[in-house]
Amino acid sequence: MSNTRREFLMAGAAAGAALSMGGFAQPARAQAIKSLEVFVPAAPGGGWDATGRAIEAAMRADGIMSEFKFEHAPGAGGMTGLPRFINGKKGQGNAVMIGGMVMVGAGAVAKSPVTIANVTPLARLTGEAMVIVVPEASPHKSIGDLIAALKKDPKAVSWAGGSAGGSDHIFAGMLAKSQGVDPRSVAYVAFAGGGPAQAALLGNQVTAGVSGYGEFEEQIKAGKLRALAVSGETGQSGVKSLKEQGINVVLYNWRGVFGAPGISDAQRKELIGLFDKMVAGPSWKKTLETRGWDGIYLSGDAYGKYVTEEIGRITGILKELGLAA
Amino acid sequence: MDTFASLMEGFSIALTPINLLWALCGVTVGTAIGVLPGLGPGLTIALLLPITYKVEPTSAFILFAGIYYGAMYGGSTTSILINTPGESASIVTSIEGHKMARRGRAGAALATAAWGSFVAGTLGTLGITFLAHPVVEFALKFGPAEYFSLMILCFVTVSAVLGASTLRGLTALSLGLFFGLIGVDLQTGQARYHFGILELLDGISVLIVAVGLFAIGETLHLAATKKQEDDVIELDGPVGMTKEDWRRSWKPWLRGALFGFPIGAMPAGGAEIPTFLSYYTEKKLSKHADEFGNGAIEGVAGPEAANNASAAGVLVPLLTLGLPTSATAAIMLSAFTSYGINPGPQLLQTQGQLVWTLIASLFIGNVMLLVLNLPLVRVWVKLLKIPAPMMYAGILIFSTIGTYGISRSVMDLVLLYIVGFIGFLMRRFEFPTAPVIIGMILGPMAEQEFRRAMTISNGDMMIFLSKPISVGLLAIALLALIGPHVWSWFRRKEAAA
Repeated sequence: MSNTRREFLMAGAAAGAALSMGGFAQPARAQAIKSLEVFVPAAPGGGWDATGRAIEAAMRADGIMSEFKFEHAPGAGGMTGLPRFINGKKGQGNAVMIGGMVMVGAGAVAKSPVTIANVTPLARLTGEAMVIVVPEASPHKSIGDLIAALKKDPKAVSWAGGSAGGSDHIFAGMLAKSQGVDPRSVAYVAFAGGGPAQAALLGNQVTAGVSGYGEFEEQIKAGKLRALAVSGETGQSGVKSLKEQGINVVLYNWRGVFGAPGISDAQRKELIGLFDKMVAGPSWKKTLETRGWDGIYLSGDAYGKYVTEEIGRITGILKELGLAA
Repeated sequence: MDTFASLMEGFSIALTPINLLWALCGVTVGTAIGVLPGLGPGLTIALLLPITYKVEPTSAFILFAGIYYGAMYGGSTTSILINTPGESASIVTSIEGHKMARRGRAGAALATAAWGSFVAGTLGTLGITFLAHPVVEFALKFGPAEYFSLMILCFVTVSAVLGASTLRGLTALSLGLFFGLIGVDLQTGQARYHFGILELLDGISVLIVAVGLFAIGETLHLAATKKQEDDVIELDGPVGMTKEDWRRSWKPWLRGALFGFPIGAMPAGGAEIPTFLSYYTEKKLSKHADEFGNGAIEGVAGPEAANNASAAGVLVPLLTLGLPTSATAAIMLSAFTSYGINPGPQLLQTQGQLVWTLIASLFIGNVMLLVLNLPLVRVWVKLLKIPAPMMYAGILIFSTIGTYGISRSVMDLVLLYIVGFIGFLMRRFEFPTAPVIIGMILGPMAEQEFRRAMTISNGDMMIFLSKPISVGLLAIALLALIGPHVWSWFRRKEAAA
């Protein structure tokens, strides 16, 4: 049922794309990949799904690829879907999986037999810096104030964020560690997503909050939450990064695409080529702008190296948080 | 006055033919998916998200809101007719609703659900229009300590569904608490009771357990015990509501709306809790308390009104603060962002016209839903004329397909039938099934809120007694728990004297 509806909608979208192309002829394509199978290891409507849809829309609009098939396998931060992708798509040259930093952590925490190291890294597409906030009425005016309180008594500083072992928790743990505070002593209060965590902050129930910048952005703009620092290399929207404030902690909640295990080098290069082309086109740039995503693009071997490093770094901090073995 | 003028402007946009068509489309789709067990409004809206690339924002939100309200209407239909709740907020409806249907009063049950939904939906929408800011301020006062105390109050409501034997009722509750423990613990990230099965890491869906216990269990039980020729339920009385039904329904509708709207607006309130509270209240207040468990109309009217009012409540933090407090609201939020609209505290200022048009369309959608659903009652009750064996087969197929639709996972189907078999055994040995559901919904919420409160207070239990709202809720819980016993003890003493 949903498939027919999707096809109908896709036909509509395709027609729209064709119209917007106006009189221009589609560039001739001599590639082997005729259609892309996008595997989303999360429910429709979430961040990974949005990334997948944005890829579809951009590739269609720029005439890079016109046929897409979506498959969702939600659960456990991607850990339910991952084995399905690995077993179901092995060696298949036109399958891509959306994934990211969250999956690295989820794999370590769930002690899953398969992890993100078992798939083929293609490209890192977007990244989002995290932000540390306090409620409007909080006595902490700067990151220095908050750290001073944390050092004095870590148990007295409660942190609201997403699920334990997720990117928010990892970031809070990294910050504590950088200050010589045992990450395990951090009073981390896990909420089911950014909405409830924001509500706890707005209602003054907790000391501080951690989340992706976009999640808190509007509350920060409205002055209801005070942003103390972001986790990127540099600051954004007038908020300085931790690094700029002399604390060497950098963390991105990145999202990227992965190919099936066991694909040939030629197949891998071809898939990477699609994304290289997409990122260079106008539609993807526009998507990054409307969505407010940071386009920290990285592809091929450099991305593979990055993923390996992230696995080591994130598993390490999770061990110190007492969440991974 | 300003509110009124803005609302009128909203109506002028919502009443354009194209937007009326979107609203109609939304409520129809919503009713349909509400009827199907499994496929809920969140998933449906998520599947329709790609239309945001083509349709203008106002129309898309009118469509989404229609689906959301429609699903709340439709959910009651299968609960009443075949004991298969379409979504988790209709679970309580099935307790009395299906009993009414079995007594030949399906028409009245469906009608009171439809009217109750309309009344509560309209009151809720009026609440969004005029009370959004005070309500959201009240809702934000609820922190983990207050939520935990609210859960304690909710646990008292279990007593309304325990049945004849307290021991059996509490056993069923414990089973529900156990089901609720399965999966990754939010506070530590560690998996509990997953037996190495990856699919169990996210826990078991309440809906699967409800459908398994109620629909599959009940079907197996009936098929195993009843002679099948005489099992066509004859309609008793008129299809609609009698004067007596109206008299008994209107107060539960209003009370249900009073529970639903503010709790729906709370960030961790949800749609199920107000239905529990409403059911308990109606049972305690009813002059026909003996009918509860046998199909009391108040037990349908109250919870149905509560779940529709909570749907309106959920939109309050979304529209005033940009806070998504339910899965469906989160998906609607992602629709906002794909238009480049940032819902937040300034949404009403920056997108005033969109918000007011959306609210106006909610009023219109409610009327459409009533007009759509009342005539359908006549069609639905005909379903009950289907001979029993075919009906049972139909319920099994319907539940199976609906469950598969939730996540297209074979594991869910296996679980459905395991739970269904447990439900069969429970029916066979006369254990009540409703406490399982209540335990499963309340248990994890109470646990998480308790641990959040403990982390924040650094392990000090006094946090529950140092906050006025929390103390108030605990006092009400205590009163509800021991009040009736003290009361009857005094009465007996008086009678003896």
